[in-house]
Amino acid sequence: MNWFSSFPQMNDSSLTALKKAIDEGFRQFTRQYGDTIEGFFTPLQAFLIWAERLMINTPWPIVLAVVGAIAWLASRRVSVTAAAIATLLLIGYFGMWEDTMRTISMILVCTVLSIAIGIPIGILMARSAAVQGCINPVLDVMQTMPSFVYLIPVVMLLGIGRVPGVIAVVIYALPPIIRLTNLGIRLVDRDMLEAADAFGSSSWQKLRKVQLPLALPTIMAGINQTIMMALAMVVIASMIGVQGLGQPVLKAIANQYFTLGIFNGLAIVGIAIIFDRVSQAFGLRLQKHREAVHG
Amino acid sequence: MAEPSGLGIEIRHLFKIFGPSPAAHVQKVRDGLSKAELMARHQHVLGLNDINISVPAGSIQVIMGLSGSGKSTLIRHVNRLIEPTVGEVLIGGADVVKMSKAELLQFRRHQTAMVFQKFALLPNRTVLENTVFGLEIKGMPRNVQVERAMRWIERVGLGGFEGRYPNQLSGGMQQRVGLARALANDAPILLMDEAYSALDPLIRMDMQTVLLDLQKEIRKTILFITHDLDEALRLGDQIAILRDGKVTQQGTSQDIVLRPADDYIANFVKEVNRGRVIRAEAVMAPPGPTEGPRISRVASLDEAMRLLSRSGAQTAAVIDEAGRIVGSLDLPLIVSSMAPHEPEMAQNDQRVPLFS
Repeated sequence: MNWFSSFPQMNDSSLTALKKAIDEGFRQFTRQYGDTIEGFFTPLQAFLIWAERLMINTPWPIVLAVVGAIAWLASRRVSVTAAAIATLLLIGYFGMWEDTMRTISMILVCTVLSIAIGIPIGILMARSAAVQGCINPVLDVMQTMPSFVYLIPVVMLLGIGRVPGVIAVVIYALPPIIRLTNLGIRLVDRDMLEAADAFGSSSWQKLRKVQLPLALPTIMAGINQTIMMALAMVVIASMIGVQGLGQPVLKAIANQYFTLGIFNGLAIVGIAIIFDRVSQAFGLRLQKHREAVHG
Repeated sequence: MAEPSGLGIEIRHLFKIFGPSPAAHVQKVRDGLSKAELMARHQHVLGLNDINISVPAGSIQVIMGLSGSGKSTLIRHVNRLIEPTVGEVLIGGADVVKMSKAELLQFRRHQTAMVFQKFALLPNRTVLENTVFGLEIKGMPRNVQVERAMRWIERVGLGGFEGRYPNQLSGGMQQRVGLARALANDAPILLMDEAYSALDPLIRMDMQTVLLDLQKEIRKTILFITHDLDEALRLGDQIAILRDGKVTQQGTSQDIVLRPADDYIANFVKEVNRGRVIRAEAVMAPPGPTEGPRISRVASLDEAMRLLSRSGAQTAAVIDEAGRIVGSLDLPLIVSSMAPHEPEMAQNDQRVPLFS
């Protein structure tokens, strides 16, 4: 009756052997292909460094002006624009300007990458039930797997630095943009698609003139979510050498520096709110045509 | 590109069965299996059952039927939004059913345009942007698109609204945009799928007038789907009545009202304002006294009655286009023709009513 009271698990020696074999296999793989893979990511590394330098070397008044202009163009609201500028001024005044610029450049690169990868995948998913069936479980894993777990192989392959950080952030931030692109396209009214067909649209014309424009508000919501999730990863990414607002937080945790932690934490919250409000206001403006209703 | 107007539509032996293996059941339907039996015994839905309709170029063909009769399925076979199970749809001699994918796109871009029951306008586009849609798909130069779209926007009475969004317009105005979008395509065939069913009655009458006025100049081949017999009688040069996927009667409005093919149609016709539909020539008596007012043979009984009562005469002479007297009408005859009596069956080919 031993099997009844204690679980009949694999015996310890074969379990250890299995783990060892997998570890050994992966290490082998790393040794063999690590350089190739690193080479593959060199352009990304260069781009990251370029973006970071750009943000840091640009004089602060110009950065403020650009952020203000973007906020205004996207939202057309004085309140949003003023709040964005005020937040950045406060952050700078408390001595976190450079770290903030590093974090913003990182988030921008991650967001652009996520959009560039996520929207095409979302479109493919919307066009084929089979693709959707394959990718959905992958997205589930990406969203539920603790990020520390996939940091391990990434660090083993690429070491510590910006590129592994970006990969970790993109893995974490990618699912919402894929899911919402897929959803937005699937939600497009069948009548609209039928009309497009009746006028002789090719499937590319249908995508470009009907599906994507009508899905755009949903896709914008996905981009907003992606930005927020990328920001949430800033501290974790700093553990593998990504510089920015995450590093002081990490230092604060290790040494129990309460004020350092809270200042940098608030700065992260500040940029999150700027990104969120500006992108939401832009999404809302895309739907202007829905507001005015006849009657 | 301005296509030469004047393509007729010829639908021959068209069957549509919905289900996992439709082709296997066509023969049984040909042999007389009914829609209900096909459903009960084989779990397949009979959409269309041996449809044969021939629409001359430049005329309005109305397909009338209640919901579930297959009328929307039928119109979607003309531009092959739905694939037929078997059959032919010949347009200008080409069989739409046999076209390749690329040919079908070109056919839809240049030969047909469609108006939808729920308008199907793009909400993120203005009236102008919606109207150019078909031209954009064809890849026309932008200035031609705008110029042509603006002309049709004016023509359907929406001048000044081209910058509005569909949400800012009433249902009637939205459907005018739908009509302008279809007409801007300048295709010889216009498909109208319950185009006016979502509009309220006054607006509907109004839009029917718009269509009839336009048709005088554009002379398109129009396939018009409706569930409203009054609308069918007003618009249709030819009317086909569809029931359970089968055409139960085809003919002019006079044929349908005066000689309904079965009780089902007779039941519909009972509710129709006969005075407005029936023409003088359909019920006139042989030529009688030649005094009294003259009435055109295509005048409705309503018009004839108004003319007679205004003139105070007892009888009116019915004349043809050349002015020759071809018959006579008096008030009792008109009144008895207008009252819905027991349905005269088609085989009872008696033009002069019994109580004259």
